[in-house]
Amino acid sequence: MAEFVIDSVPARLAGNTYNLDEDESHIEVDQELARRTGAGKLLERICPAHVYTVEADGTVSVEYAACLECGTCLAMAPDGVLKWHYPRGSFGIMFREG
Amino acid sequence: MSQEVDFEVIVIGGGVAGAVCAHTLAQHGREVLLIERGAEPGSKNLSGGVFYCRVMEQVFPGFVDVAPVERRITRNCVSLVNPGSHVTIDYWDKRLAEPVNAVSVLRAKLDAWLLEQCEEAGVTVMPGVRVDSLIVDGGRVVGVRAHEDELRCHVVVAADGVNSFIARQAGIRTKEPMKHLALGVKSVIGLDRTVLEDRFHVRGNEGAAYAMVGDCTQGVAGGGFLYTNDESVSIGVVMRLDDLEKSGLSSSDIHDHLLAHPAIVPLIEGGTLLEYGCHLTIEDGPAMTSHDLTRPGLVIIGDAAGFTLNTGLTIRGMDLAAGSALAAAEAIRRALDAGDFTQAAMDEYRRQLDAGFVGKDMATYSRTPAFLERPRMYTDYGQLAADVFHGVFNHDLTPRRRMLRVGLDALKASRVKLTEVMGDALAGVRAL
Ligand SMILES: Cc1cc2nc3c(=O)[nH]c(=O)nc-3n(C[C@H](O)[C@H](O)[C@H](O)COP(=O)(O)OP(=O)(O)OC[C@H]3O[C@@H](n4cnc5c(N)ncnc54)[C@H](O)[C@@H]3O)c2cc1C
Ligand code: SF4
Repeated sequence: MAEFVIDSVPARLAGNTYNLDEDESHIEVDQELARRTGAGKLLERICPAHVYTVEADGTVSVEYAACLECGTCLAMAPDGVLKWHYPRGSFGIMFREG
Repeated sequence: MSQEVDFEVIVIGGGVAGAVCAHTLAQHGREVLLIERGAEPGSKNLSGGVFYCRVMEQVFPGFVDVAPVERRITRNCVSLVNPGSHVTIDYWDKRLAEPVNAVSVLRAKLDAWLLEQCEEAGVTVMPGVRVDSLIVDGGRVVGVRAHEDELRCHVVVAADGVNSFIARQAGIRTKEPMKHLALGVKSVIGLDRTVLEDRFHVRGNEGAAYAMVGDCTQGVAGGGFLYTNDESVSIGVVMRLDDLEKSGLSSSDIHDHLLAHPAIVPLIEGGTLLEYGCHLTIEDGPAMTSHDLTRPGLVIIGDAAGFTLNTGLTIRGMDLAAGSALAAAEAIRRALDAGDFTQAAMDEYRRQLDAGFVGKDMATYSRTPAFLERPRMYTDYGQLAADVFHGVFNHDLTPRRRMLRVGLDALKASRVKLTEVMGDALAGVRAL
């Protein structure tokens, strides 16, 4: 029987259902504070959906559309680095299994 | 109270906690509004998936037969996992099937059904709406704001889950210390029914649950799980946030490491990924629930309040969500009858909790989180166990030695000291 293939995280997320909020991101990064605290690297590795990427210039980019809404980044980032709330009603990840 | 209200009770959140509370109140003839931010009920929810579901019989008679549950868990396996070995206790018992003790569930399906039951019982269910804040008047919670709407009620029930922004806004919770929380990352992998039943040695509607510690989280405090559903398995890892931070590892890599582990590969081969998801869970429920649970006109239930117990081998949150919801519903019913929504009236909720299994279990397991903080649990013991069995089973033609000798030698070779083993054993007996 064929071995189970572990796809890349973006490929896995592509199989999920999202109702994307085109107008509003639910995540904001305080870039200055993120730089000072080195939070970017932490966010990059702890987010299971790979929402955060530290760019070459040191800023943290946010692919909010991929977010699975667990709240881990908010719980782990140093205070003030993130403004994070749930997406507006009905937007965001839609689990079919859960 | 002659104040104008839109509903007697407003419940925020349509998970197990919110649904059970709303349903129970509606059955007592109360006017209840339940607000859920997911466009479709259940679409925001994720758990590992073993529901110790006896409590649900009180709310929905015949629960396991009528609700969309997956399998009845009759086989429980506990594995100490090392990079190249594992030691497993495999416990099957037909007594677990009758009466049903635990079932596997998929929350997107279960919660949708729960909210249907709520509607049938007369609850007004409003999906696709996020509650933004509480309305507080003279120190009393009197309603909620959602988008442009203001809705008034006598009692608000915050059932908005582990991140509960409502409990924070009410000043009941602050930012949680990282060691109180854990991140769960999970894949649901579809498997052919006959393959699944053969592979996990189950038949009919019976199912298996695996709890794993050790190399499955690469030593990060927490563990791995694998639960059989009807035609899929839920598999994933739970990682305590403080330890995840210290480890320097990536959460998705730890999840992938489990799926690629030689002990797991044969269990999922031939499968197809149905969903990849994640959610926070509570590691130290007893510490979290030690804060208050009420304000005048407000009660918090389920994960929002901290009602989850992680005993290392099981995570129990859904049954405690239901239990806390029942306690809250009883307190709210009395408050509505008396027309009294003061702090004293709301505190009846705590009395109801303490009288039932939720309060008692929270007290019983209050020492478990500290016990599970011992790092040896996630690294050395698995190897020690494997070394003992290796000494017993590996007939390399050297003269055999007594089991005690093998054990003591394995202990000597490992990093664990005998005094530590004794200490951990004693602490374990006290904590579990
Ligand atoms: C990986 C993992 C494994 C687990 N394994 C198990 C297990 O095997 N067995 C077990 O019993 N428990 C398990 N748990 C714990 C269990 O999932 C939780 O304890 C349980 O889901 C709590 O139920 P709840 O109703 O309190 O909260 P939730 O199920 O989180 O429901 C909260 C609801 O509130 C809604 N909401 C939130 N904010 C708002 C808002 N502002 N406005 C409107 N709606 C809002 C959400 O959309 C959601 O529907 C596990 C958890 C995880 C993460
Ligand atoms: S909430 Fe979870 S999935 Fe979303 S960005 Fe934060 S860590 Fe990633």
